Amino acid sequence: MTSRQKTTLFAATCLVISMSASVLLLHHIDEIRPRATIEDVLYISSPTIVKRASLGFNGLMACLYWTRAVQYFGNRHHDRAQSFNELAPLLEITTVLDPQIIPPYQFGATFLAPKAPSGAGQPDRAIKLMEYGIEHNPDNWHLYYDLGFVYYTELKDYKKAGEAFDRGSKVPNAHPFMKLLAAQMEEHAGDFSTARMLWTATYESSTETNIRQNAREHLRCIKVDEDVTNLQAAVDRFTQFNGRVPASMWEVAMAEHLAGIPVDPDGNPYQISGDGHVLVKNPDNFPFITQGLPPGYKRTGTVKFHSAP
Amino acid sequence: MNARILHIASNTFREAVRDRVLYNLIAFALLISGAAILVGQISIEVERLVVVNLGLTAVSLFGVVIAIFIGIALVSKEIEKRTLYTVLSRPVRRWEFIIGKFFGLAGTLVVNTFFMAIGVFGALLYVAHRLTVSDASILVALYFIILEFLIICSLSLLFSSFSTPLLSAVFAFSLFIIGSFADDLRGFARLTHGITKWFATGAAYLLPNFSALNVISAVAHQQHIASQLILQNTLYALFYTAMALSGAVLIFERRNLK
Amino acid sequence: MPAIEILGLEKTYMVGFWRKRPKRALKPLHLTVENGEIFGFLGPNGAGKTTTLKMLMGLVFPTSGTARILGQEWTEPSVKAQIGFLPEQPYFYDYLTAHELLNYYGQLSGVPARDRKRRIDEVLQQVGLTGVKGVQLRKFSKGMLQRAGIAQAILHNPQLVFFDEPMSGLDPLGRREVRDLMEQLKQQGKTVFFSTHILSDAEALCDRVAIIHKGELRGVGAIEELTSNVQGKVEIVWQGTVVPASMKALGAECHVSGETVRGVLSERQQDAAIDALRRERMRLISITPLRTSLENYFVEKLQHSETTAGTLV
Repeated sequence: MTSRQKTTLFAATCLVISMSASVLLLHHIDEIRPRATIEDVLYISSPTIVKRASLGFNGLMACLYWTRAVQYFGNRHHDRAQSFNELAPLLEITTVLDPQIIPPYQFGATFLAPKAPSGAGQPDRAIKLMEYGIEHNPDNWHLYYDLGFVYYTELKDYKKAGEAFDRGSKVPNAHPFMKLLAAQMEEHAGDFSTARMLWTATYESSTETNIRQNAREHLRCIKVDEDVTNLQAAVDRFTQFNGRVPASMWEVAMAEHLAGIPVDPDGNPYQISGDGHVLVKNPDNFPFITQGLPPGYKRTGTVKFHSAP
Repeated sequence: MNARILHIASNTFREAVRDRVLYNLIAFALLISGAAILVGQISIEVERLVVVNLGLTAVSLFGVVIAIFIGIALVSKEIEKRTLYTVLSRPVRRWEFIIGKFFGLAGTLVVNTFFMAIGVFGALLYVAHRLTVSDASILVALYFIILEFLIICSLSLLFSSFSTPLLSAVFAFSLFIIGSFADDLRGFARLTHGITKWFATGAAYLLPNFSALNVISAVAHQQHIASQLILQNTLYALFYTAMALSGAVLIFERRNLK
Repeated sequence: MPAIEILGLEKTYMVGFWRKRPKRALKPLHLTVENGEIFGFLGPNGAGKTTTLKMLMGLVFPTSGTARILGQEWTEPSVKAQIGFLPEQPYFYDYLTAHELLNYYGQLSGVPARDRKRRIDEVLQQVGLTGVKGVQLRKFSKGMLQRAGIAQAILHNPQLVFFDEPMSGLDPLGRREVRDLMEQLKQQGKTVFFSTHILSDAEALCDRVAIIHKGELRGVGAIEELTSNVQGKVEIVWQGTVVPASMKALGAECHVSGETVRGVLSERQQDAAIDALRRERMRLISITPLRTSLENYFVEKLQHSETTAGTLV
C-alpha cells in the first residue's frame, strides 16, 4: 500500500470514529446540563436589554424566545413541575422584541394566569401582557377576548371581563360572539353555559396545541360540574321528598325518570356518598372540577390531560 | 515525522506573530480596562458580573475571529502565493502540513488567551479588590473557550482545504453562529416529525455544539462547573477536532495544486 | 540508472462550470533524463511544461502513467530528500529573513542541525546573498528572490534539481548569474532539469533538450543532432555599392541601399562569406544572426498546429 493510501485509510477511519464519538458524547453532555439552558436564556431578564442586544434582529430573536417559551412550558408540564416562574419573562421578552407576534399573548392568557400546577399563577402579569398586546395591536379583536378571558376565568371579575368583551366587539371584523359574551357577563356570568361558550371559543379560535388541549379539558370538567350540580339538586329533591338520602343512583334515576344512570365524560357512573353527596368516580381525571370531589380530597398536583387536542 | 510537524507549527506561530496578530491584545486590553474603570462606579455585585461577562465574551469573540481569518489564510494563502510548492517538494507529507498548521494556530490562540486571561483577572481584581476561590471557575470558562478555539481552527482548516478564502470564512463563521444556538437547534429538531426530524436531528448533532462550551454566565454567577461536564466537553472537543482534521487531511491529500 | 524516467505521464483536466469538458494539458509523455546532464524542457507558454514538473513534484496527480526518479517510484517520500525544486516566479514567506527561510526549509528537508548552519552559509555564498541574509524577504528584489529560490533548492545537496522557468523576469545580469549557477551544479555532478521558453539559454546550457507543444512531445535529443538538418541565417552588412559575384555564388540574397549592401545567407556559409568579403577588401559593418538554428527547428516543429501560442525569445 502506498503511503498515500495508508494516509487515506487512517484519516477515513479517524473521521468515522471521531464523528460517532462526538455524537455520543453530545448526548451525554445534554444529560448533564438540562437546566443550564433556561438560566442561560434568562440571564438577561430585562426585555429592553435583550432588544438592544439583538442588534436589530428583533424578529428573529422574538421567534427564538417564543419557541423557547413553548418548549419551556412543554418540558415542565411533562416533568409535572409545580412552578413556571420563567414563563412570564419569556413571554414578555418575546413580545417586547416583536409586539405584533400574536400567539404569545394567547399563550399567556391561558397559562400565565391559572394557579399552579396548571399555570404560573400570575394573573396580574397576564393582564399586563394582554393590555400591552392590545396597545400594539388595537385592531386584533382576539386580544380583547384574551383579556376578558383572564378576568373571567381567574380573577372572576365579571364586570371587567364584560368591559373587555365590549371593547373587543367594537373592533371592525370582530367575531359576533364578542357582543354575545359581553351581554352574558351582565347577567349570566356564573352560568355553566357562559363558561362553556368561553372555553369553546378559546378551543375553536386557537391552533396552538397546548391551548386547545387545555380548553378541551376545561370543557370536560364543566360538563362534570354541571352534571354534579344538577344531580345534587335531584338528590336534594329526593331527600326532601322521601325524608331520607337515596341509597343509590338508581333511585335518583327512577325518581327523575332518567333513561339510565348518568355517566361522566369518561363513561363512569356518578356515585352517591353515604351522606347524600354526588361524587365523581375518578376525580384525578378531571383536573378543573369544583364539584363532586370527595371530602378532604387534595389534588396531588399533577395535571394530566386525558383528552386528545 | 514529528519533528517536521513541530517545525511547521512553530513556523506558523512565527507567521502569526509577525503578522501582528498579537496586536489584538492591545485592543482587548483597552476594552477590558476601559470597561473595568467605567463600571467601577456602580454597586459591587453588578460590576463583577460585567467584568467577567464582558471579559470572557471578548476573549471568545476576538479569538474566534482570529481563528477563522488566520485559519482560513493558512492553507488558502499558501496555495495562492505558491509558498506551498517548495514545502511540498520536500519530504513533507501533506497530512503533516495540515496537522502542523493546526498546532501552530492553536498554539497562537492559547498564547493569546493566556495574555487575555491575565487582563481579565487584572480587571476583576481592580473592581472586586480581591479574588476568591470561586473565581477559579473563570479558569474553567477559559479552558472551555480554548476548546471552542480548537474546534473552530479545525473547521477553518477543513474549509480552506478545498474552498476559496472568502467562502471558507463565511462557512466557518456561520457554523460558529449556528453552533452557539445548538441547544435551540436541537429543540427545533424535537418539534419536527418525519424526514425533517431525521435531517434536523442529524444536523443538530453534527454541527459543533458551542453552547455546551459556553459557561460564561454560569461562571459570572460564581456557579460551580461539574467535573463530569469538564471531562465530557474535553473529549467532545477532541473528537470533533479530530473529525474536522481528518476531513481536511482527506480532502487535501487529493487536491491538485494548480 | 537514468536520473528521470517519465513513463507515460498524462494529465487531463475537466474544465467548465456546468458541463465539464476534458482539457488535455499533457498527452502521455515518455522521456528519459540521464545523470549529470543539463536537460532543457522547451516549449511555448501553456505547452504543459509546468504541468509535467508539478506532476513530478507530487503537486498534481496524473490521470495516468508513472515515473521513476533516481530509480525509485516518483511518489516515494524518500525521493523528495534527494531532489530540489524551484517553482516559476516563486514567492516565499515574506516575513522571514533569507537565513530563517533556509533554516526552515533545512529543517523540513531533514538537514541535521549541526550541518545546517554551515550549509546555509555555503549556499548563500554560492547564490551571492550572503550580505542580505538577515533581511526580510519582503524587501527582496525579483532577482534576489530567484536566487533565494535556487538556494532553497540546493540547500540539502540534492542529486537532482528541477527549475521551472528559472530566468523569467530577470535582467540580463541576473540571467547570466543563474546560468553560471547551473553550470556550477553540473560541474558538481548534479543533474539539472529545467523548463524554459527562452531558446538562447537552452542553447547555451543544455546537453539535451525536449520540445513540447500543446501537451505533446515534438522532439528530443542533443542540440547538435536536432539542428544538424536545420540551418540558421545570418545577415551581413558591408560597405559597398555592388554585390560581389562570390557572394552570389554562396547563395546570398543581397540588397543595396545607399552605400551599404545587406546580404542574408545561411549561417553555415558565414565563414566563407567573411573570407570572400575580405578577399574583395570589402569593409564589414556587421554580422547579425537572424535566427538561430535551434529557433528554426523549434518553429518548424511547432508549425504542425494551427496556432503557435506564446512568444519565442
